[in-house]
Amino acid sequence: MMMDHRQNHIDSLRAGLSLLVYPLQLAVEMPGAVSEWFRESLATRRQLQEENASLRTQMLMLKARGQKLQALETENIRLRELLDSAFMIGERVLVAELMSVDLDPYKHQVLINKGELDKIYPGQPILDADGVMGQVVHVGPYTSTAILITDTSHALPVQVNRNGIRTIALGSGTINRLELPYIPNNADIQPGDLLVTSGLGGRFPPGYPVAVVQGVQHDPGRSFAAVVATPSAKLNRSREILLVWPGDTSTLETSSTGQTEAPLPPEEQLVAPEEAAATTEENP
Amino acid sequence: MILGRRHGGGIIAVTFVIALLLTIAPLPDSVRYLRPDWVGLVLIYWCLAVPDRVGVGTGWGMGLLVDLLTGSLLGQHAMALAVVAFLTLKLHLRVRLFPVWQQALTVLVLLILHQLLSLWVSRFIGRPGPPFSYWAPSLLGMFIWPFIYIALRSLRRGFRIS
Repeated sequence: MMMDHRQNHIDSLRAGLSLLVYPLQLAVEMPGAVSEWFRESLATRRQLQEENASLRTQMLMLKARGQKLQALETENIRLRELLDSAFMIGERVLVAELMSVDLDPYKHQVLINKGELDKIYPGQPILDADGVMGQVVHVGPYTSTAILITDTSHALPVQVNRNGIRTIALGSGTINRLELPYIPNNADIQPGDLLVTSGLGGRFPPGYPVAVVQGVQHDPGRSFAAVVATPSAKLNRSREILLVWPGDTSTLETSSTGQTEAPLPPEEQLVAPEEAAATTEENP
Repeated sequence: MILGRRHGGGIIAVTFVIALLLTIAPLPDSVRYLRPDWVGLVLIYWCLAVPDRVGVGTGWGMGLLVDLLTGSLLGQHAMALAVVAFLTLKLHLRVRLFPVWQQALTVLVLLILHQLLSLWVSRFIGRPGPPFSYWAPSLLGMFIWPFIYIALRSLRRGFRIS
């Protein structure tokens, strides 16, 4: 047990053993999968037409946005080239599904139907359509386990999208709440602010939405404000998720400068911890 | 007796597989926290009924599978269930003679022990303490013990497992 907790020696053992329980997981998954299959194959023509139409409009809207995004992306790359820094936009992603299996109810974990054979690795970020969901912790041959950002053992470096204040979002153990305990009382943060990943840990790609600030409480007796936020990802409702390979842009365009391996420009990485320290020291 | 020794091993395995399936079967959020400890209950029954075949080793192995299935620390439930199996083996001659309600109380103690050991490990690695409802599965386990007992006993008699 200590070995599992502290080191990674028996990760391979766990991966091998997880092959043993894969049939059980599949068996539990089956009723849901079968009913889903029935629902899809027995859907009426009208339902399919309606779904098709709504998807079409949605795609049109997304396409229109995409056009704009492309223009912005090229402009962004051009400007960054002017600043002489390498920056990558777009990462390799893989769509996976959650298996309908219950894990330990006191941990926020999910089981994903992709594993080592799909080149999933521990620590890989997972997203859904609306934001960051969590990261992979154990990888088996066909399945992998991920913890959600609201698990009490999870912390995520974020920044406020509006003004770039960096902080850390901790899981609260409640599925719709994140805590931001390290924000100084005088920091400029208000309800409604969008928090995005800052990419400072090197694990999550920068710029993905994480949560929306819900409430800020200033207690003069304490040095930090009590800030809570609501995750933007549908943590307990999404079934389709995205697995991201940060920094791997093999399928997408990259900027032409040579430093493509670094997920962040090096100078930004160097400056950041000091700045973060400075912000925490500012408090009265 | 010696000829019948290996008889019915498959049935015991099937009951354990069903218990494992019930452990991870998806439930609505409101009753998720009440899921009784199926593997523990089935293990206790077989330890009482056929103590020379199901014991600490089986408990440990089943616990390991539970760890893999629920994504907990590898060995957390294995240790707890091995201890539960050991105590059941120690007590089996006495508990067998108890009326069912008294057995249920013993089972409650054993199930709470399982949860306690498991909680001890998770507190040790720094997870926060669970709410009071954490103990509900043990209580529920006590109430469904008579049914488990009767069902598995008829199964055992039907297949003449000894």
